[in-house]
Amino acid sequence: MSAAATTLVAAKPRGRVLGAVFMGYLLLSLAIGFALLLWLLVDIAATGLPYIDRALFLNDPSADPAIAGARPAILGTLYIGALLLVFTVPLGVGTAIYLEEYADKERWYNRLLELNIQNLAAVPSIVYGILGLAFLVRGLGLGRVLLAGAMILTLLVLPVVIIASREAIRAVSASIRQGAFALGATKWQVVWRQVLPAAAPGMATGSILALSRAIGETAPLLLVGALTYVAFNPSLLDQFTVLPIQIFQWTSRPQEEFKVLAAAAIIVLLAILLSLNAVAIWVRNRYQKRW
Amino acid sequence: MQAAAPRLRVHRRRWGEGVVKGALALCALVSIATTIGIVAALLEPSLEFFREVSLVDFFSGTDWAPLFEPARFGVLPLIVGTLSVTFWAVVVAVPFGLGAAIYLSEYARPGVRKALKPALEVLAGVPTVVYGYFALVTFTPFLRSLGLDVQIFNAFSAGVVMGIMIIPTVASISEDAMNAVPQSLRDGAYALGSNKLEVSVRIVVPAAISGIVASFVLGISRAVGETMIALLAAGQLAQLTFVPFEPVETMTAFIAATGIGDVPTGSIEYKTIFAVGLTLFVMTLAMNLFAIRLVRKYREVYE
Amino acid sequence: MVMTAAERIPGVEVRHDAPSGPALREVVFDVEDLTVAYGGKSALSGVSLEVYKNFVTAFIGPSGCGKSTFIRCFNRMNDLIPSATVDGTILYHGEDLYGREVDPVEVRRLIGMVFQKPNPFPKSIFDNVAFGPRVLGLKDGLDDRVRHALEQAALWDEVKSRLKESALSLSGGQQQRLCIARALAVEPEVILMDEPASALDPISTTRIEDLMDELKREYTIVIVTHNMQQAARVADMTAFFSVEVDENRDARTGILVEYDVTSKIFTNPSDQRTEDYVTGRFG
Repeated sequence: MSAAATTLVAAKPRGRVLGAVFMGYLLLSLAIGFALLLWLLVDIAATGLPYIDRALFLNDPSADPAIAGARPAILGTLYIGALLLVFTVPLGVGTAIYLEEYADKERWYNRLLELNIQNLAAVPSIVYGILGLAFLVRGLGLGRVLLAGAMILTLLVLPVVIIASREAIRAVSASIRQGAFALGATKWQVVWRQVLPAAAPGMATGSILALSRAIGETAPLLLVGALTYVAFNPSLLDQFTVLPIQIFQWTSRPQEEFKVLAAAAIIVLLAILLSLNAVAIWVRNRYQKRW
Repeated sequence: MQAAAPRLRVHRRRWGEGVVKGALALCALVSIATTIGIVAALLEPSLEFFREVSLVDFFSGTDWAPLFEPARFGVLPLIVGTLSVTFWAVVVAVPFGLGAAIYLSEYARPGVRKALKPALEVLAGVPTVVYGYFALVTFTPFLRSLGLDVQIFNAFSAGVVMGIMIIPTVASISEDAMNAVPQSLRDGAYALGSNKLEVSVRIVVPAAISGIVASFVLGISRAVGETMIALLAAGQLAQLTFVPFEPVETMTAFIAATGIGDVPTGSIEYKTIFAVGLTLFVMTLAMNLFAIRLVRKYREVYE
Repeated sequence: MVMTAAERIPGVEVRHDAPSGPALREVVFDVEDLTVAYGGKSALSGVSLEVYKNFVTAFIGPSGCGKSTFIRCFNRMNDLIPSATVDGTILYHGEDLYGREVDPVEVRRLIGMVFQKPNPFPKSIFDNVAFGPRVLGLKDGLDDRVRHALEQAALWDEVKSRLKESALSLSGGQQQRLCIARALAVEPEVILMDEPASALDPISTTRIEDLMDELKREYTIVIVTHNMQQAARVADMTAFFSVEVDENRDARTGILVEYDVTSKIFTNPSDQRTEDYVTGRFG
């Protein structure tokens, strides 16, 4: 064998062991999250599934775990979810259109606006609760009502909706805008008739995912007073509770029976979030590639 | 020819266009108003608070007992509690988040990557109260079953579970940064006979370092600001300790626990919520702005 | 000169049927000392020329010579780029296109445009053509209007049975004719075409060129092309642009070198740079 040929075959496989160890670390990094998620789901399902019954959906909360249910909390979550869609979508899409189509990026106030939104997306949720406590509950005198909760969650997820909507708008090809402008469309006609229809699926997906984040939020609602005994169906200007709060309350009770109820309520909450995500995926697949 | 008289002028003023732009700008103003509202909401009662409690006592006091007589307002136990939980979260989230990012960016085939990325995001989509339940009801008893001397409420359980929750945050921002590294850099290293491990660790990670650091900082910021896991699993006992298996109270947990009770407006307990909230807000704001700067930096370099 | 330039360029066939000379023609655009800059860097400098009614006027030149920038001044598309500044004047039938009172939206309704890459809207064929009339509020007889525009663009027979289908299902050449139909549907006076055939195959290109010949009876057409043969085949008037490099300031600016009837440009140009370009010695 000539010397030249042997150089292609390393005498000892350089770094092979190290490579395998590294690969193991990378795979572990990925797997650990999924493993914990699986553990969590199996554990909660095993604990909670037997307690998913009519009482959970129909009864009011009670000091007696045998008859306690989560009806006001479930309805409260659905009610708040609907309000959130009504509040966040116009505000979020409107801001996104302003930033992408109208704002002059050279202006300091528009850059500040952008930085502000990026930062708001990372402000701890409990801080939004403080804002709600100071201004909505006490300042405005709204009290600890459902509307205050919905408003605070709106502000909380607004940055997420804005960021997702901006991405959807940016994905609309510039050539479509040019074509519409060249036909004598005004700016708003271009936005309303071309950009928005093309960006709608992306915006819808982003908004639904943001909604599902808001529905799972607990901390800010603790401060606007959702942790309270509610034995009636929710309405706009009444005290209220939602599923995450109910879960928190049951989890923090020392009795084992309530922890079991918490697990059952978690299953209901996760089911709601899962269906929202399914809707988001469906919307994306159904409308994204239509044309 | 005058027959073709051009009609270049506006024949009707387009008021609508201006109205629309104004309405959209108003939507954008909501975000500005939110920030102003947050700052105003925090500042006013905080200033009143610091008229009653000196800044020095607040930041150097080692005793947090606002409801005791005499009340003591040393915030250090809350800060240490927060850092203790955050520490364990970072210990989990940073190495595993970075590992996941390297795998997704450098090793996974495009199809695998496209499936894994959203799957990983599911971890961040589980409500925090669910993680809190899991940490308290499942994870801590599991640690005890291993024979560890763990209190029911402890910083370690809360931190570890929080860390797992933050993995997607670290992974997705780091992966974005690694993706922005030009292929030519990798090709250059391969051409010099490097293997994949060397290219990943010696070329891609250093080139993407500002984005990776940003992901760590944002991860830390999330851990510092996370409420429910800390409230449920770390406890509500403000003690100055770094012992992982002891209960601690984080700043967020204190705010939540105090806010739950119907504290009278204007009372000193009411104002502590805002003083601690302001401390938390300033800490996370500094981290967020730093991270945003770093992200912009790598975007400028490679895009 | 013994041989004309055209005889020396294989494939270039110069039209000699140019109708009555420019002097007798009605002027649609009168451009005077036009300079365009992007963010302070000038892209086009000191251009003056006249565009005549019912002519096809072609702008040719090497890439970077500012011809696309120039054509976008005629319907004020450059207004959409915040950093763009336009100096000098363009008179449209004697009226200043950039006058204070002039509304760019109205300008674009009178002066249509077709782009380099076909850019149909992600909507049905019908909705594409109906878009212009709809935004103008021309709702009466929309069906007839759409049909007429498609007929003018020689596309009607190919799409009449599938008007509700997506415009993106059409071939590239069909898409470009759809974009022409879309521009025609608002009954403009002028149609600007920015390299309309550069993304198309030869057969589609021929169809577009034939179409221009048809359309100039009713419309005034301005076309940018990097394809000299195309200019020679379709244009009545041709303007040759070139790049002037200022080495000291590392700046490149487009300038108008020569503007004349097409046959003159291709057979007997007055400027050496034009001759070099059309004979292929440069560019």
